[in-house]
Amino acid sequence: MPQLDLKTQGLRLINSTLQNATPDTESRDWTVSNPMGQHAIACGLDKELNVTVDGNVGFYCAGMNQKADVTIKGHAGVGVAENMMSGTVRVTGNASQAAGATAHGGLLVIEGDASSRCGISMKGVDIVVGGSVGHMSGFMAQMGHMVICGDAGEALGDSIYEAILYVAGTVESLGADCIEKPMTPEHEETLKALLTRAGIDKDVSSFRRYGSARKLYNFNVDHAGEY
Amino acid sequence: MDENIPRVTPRQSATFDEYTMSEIRRAASTGIYDIRGAGAKRALPHFDDLLFLGASISRYPLEGYRERCGTDVVLGARNASKPLELKIPITIAGMSFGSLSGQAKEALGRGANAAGTSTTTGDGGMTPEERGHSKLLVYQYLPSRYGMNPDDLRKADAIEIVVGQGAKPGGGGMLMGQKINDRVASMRSLPKGIDQRSACRHPDWTGPDDLEIKILELREITNWEKPIYIKVGGSRPYYDTALAVKAGADVIVLDGMQGGTAATQNVFIEHVGLPTLACIRPAVQALQDLDMHRKVQLIVSGGIRNGADVAKAMALGADAVSIGSAALIAMGDNDPRYEDEYNKLGTTAGAYDSWHLGHDPAGITTQEPELAERLDPVAAGRRLSNYLQVMTLEAQTIARACGKNHLHNLEPEDLCALTMEAAAMAKVPLAGTSWVPGQTPL
Repeated sequence: MPQLDLKTQGLRLINSTLQNATPDTESRDWTVSNPMGQHAIACGLDKELNVTVDGNVGFYCAGMNQKADVTIKGHAGVGVAENMMSGTVRVTGNASQAAGATAHGGLLVIEGDASSRCGISMKGVDIVVGGSVGHMSGFMAQMGHMVICGDAGEALGDSIYEAILYVAGTVESLGADCIEKPMTPEHEETLKALLTRAGIDKDVSSFRRYGSARKLYNFNVDHAGEY
Repeated sequence: MDENIPRVTPRQSATFDEYTMSEIRRAASTGIYDIRGAGAKRALPHFDDLLFLGASISRYPLEGYRERCGTDVVLGARNASKPLELKIPITIAGMSFGSLSGQAKEALGRGANAAGTSTTTGDGGMTPEERGHSKLLVYQYLPSRYGMNPDDLRKADAIEIVVGQGAKPGGGGMLMGQKINDRVASMRSLPKGIDQRSACRHPDWTGPDDLEIKILELREITNWEKPIYIKVGGSRPYYDTALAVKAGADVIVLDGMQGGTAATQNVFIEHVGLPTLACIRPAVQALQDLDMHRKVQLIVSGGIRNGADVAKAMALGADAVSIGSAALIAMGDNDPRYEDEYNKLGTTAGAYDSWHLGHDPAGITTQEPELAERLDPVAAGRRLSNYLQVMTLEAQTIARACGKNHLHNLEPEDLCALTMEAAAMAKVPLAGTSWVPGQTPL
């Protein structure tokens, strides 16, 4: 397995090596050692690689990921997997703010907790958080699913569009236009599949579902106070 | 009433004028603020308040049409390996597919190509047609990130991180449900027909330190090839410019409050931000203080209408200007030939600003196919390129008269101001005096 050392090789060389890797002729499996909390590690990947980052990372690790499977063995800074299009990003520790922000596709797994604004403006990604999420998570969430195995902070799903949120623990408060919705067998199946993909063993019956009341989709003066 | 007593003429209130009272009645009727397109319509200190001095005994002019006056500009060489090389210093501002028809976007690309300049995407992402018809395309990176994807990022010739715009510094965007057809909805990952609100802040960075890291990420994803622009609305131009430079910008786009928008609250457009004229000198001062003037390029936008405006902006220190509303007018927006249809919409040619509703008779700010088909992209593109050419010729005419062999050589010393306000904002002397308010003693 090719090993890259951020400490000795530097960010530009590490990223360009991964971005230009040819998995059909080279190894698919890469390791990045000594990440030292640096920013923008393994961003912009667009091939079917398996990249393991061995330690804590700074902002925007695996940003705009396409096709690659990136595992961060540690904690992640702001905006991990931001605007991800496909592939998988896994954080074995905790994630800072705006994890999976605006991501269009793929799977983001945070085994620990995620800070505020997890899944902000998500556009189709699936996010599974093993622990809890901070305030304003799912803000303006457009599409996709967010599974929260722990608790959710205040204003969950504020101004949410069509994304679906599942929470096993407590919800401190719901944001504007976010409501609890019934769990149907179809939703339980979807949730079960998400947890299986994430490798998290959790009873689906403990979850509740949240989504948009769709009252703010077109401006209505009678709802002006909710904006 | 005694007809022998002279009566005073009925007097309208200057405070509660006809427009103000109509707005109060509209608000009372609907319960919602007025939303419209375009930029500030109120009278503001502007480039018309400046004059060029021209050559004299102490400065000799260049011969018109004979002695060369350069117009080219290179944008983004500070950090990008592939800076943009434009033939003229007038770019096309960011306007989205969604707010504009596909035909209008194509026409913008065609016109820009012919003139040797760049055009810019808008909220909602990049369309294949737009990329295909624009030789040089700047890809906007907006808070909403609608349609944002790394493939388009790599296809772009430059990236413009939009922090704000002149029509609404501090505000997000909105695209009303009427204009959200299937394609626009799909590009934005939202249901058809709903009002689409664009966030006013970026979702994953806050402040200049974070922005620096965001720029690093964008450069890493695009192999450090693309110039990175930062667009700000005219608000605190000195500090915004300084912070953008600190964050690593290659180009700063500074948009004054006359700059247009597709849809924003009228109260926002008219009451928030700075006039374009007031923005330029503080931004240039920040660049000079950091020894970055001409190294980080400054593009000024907001109410640029003719070659004189171009020359004045550049004399004040801009490297280039950008046009949006003027480009739409050149293509046919608000054309009197549609007067009957404007009347049916309750307005008149020249005042039509309901761009958000999508009923544009000119086929520009619409997603209705039968209206959009009215705009011939080839003919509209030609009109735009003609207009860009005229602006360039006009600016060259002025520059030669000032003895300058390149538009970039224009300088504040070439200017005077007609009003104290303009003199203070532009930091040039009041006409016929050596007095610069706030700078020199009376």
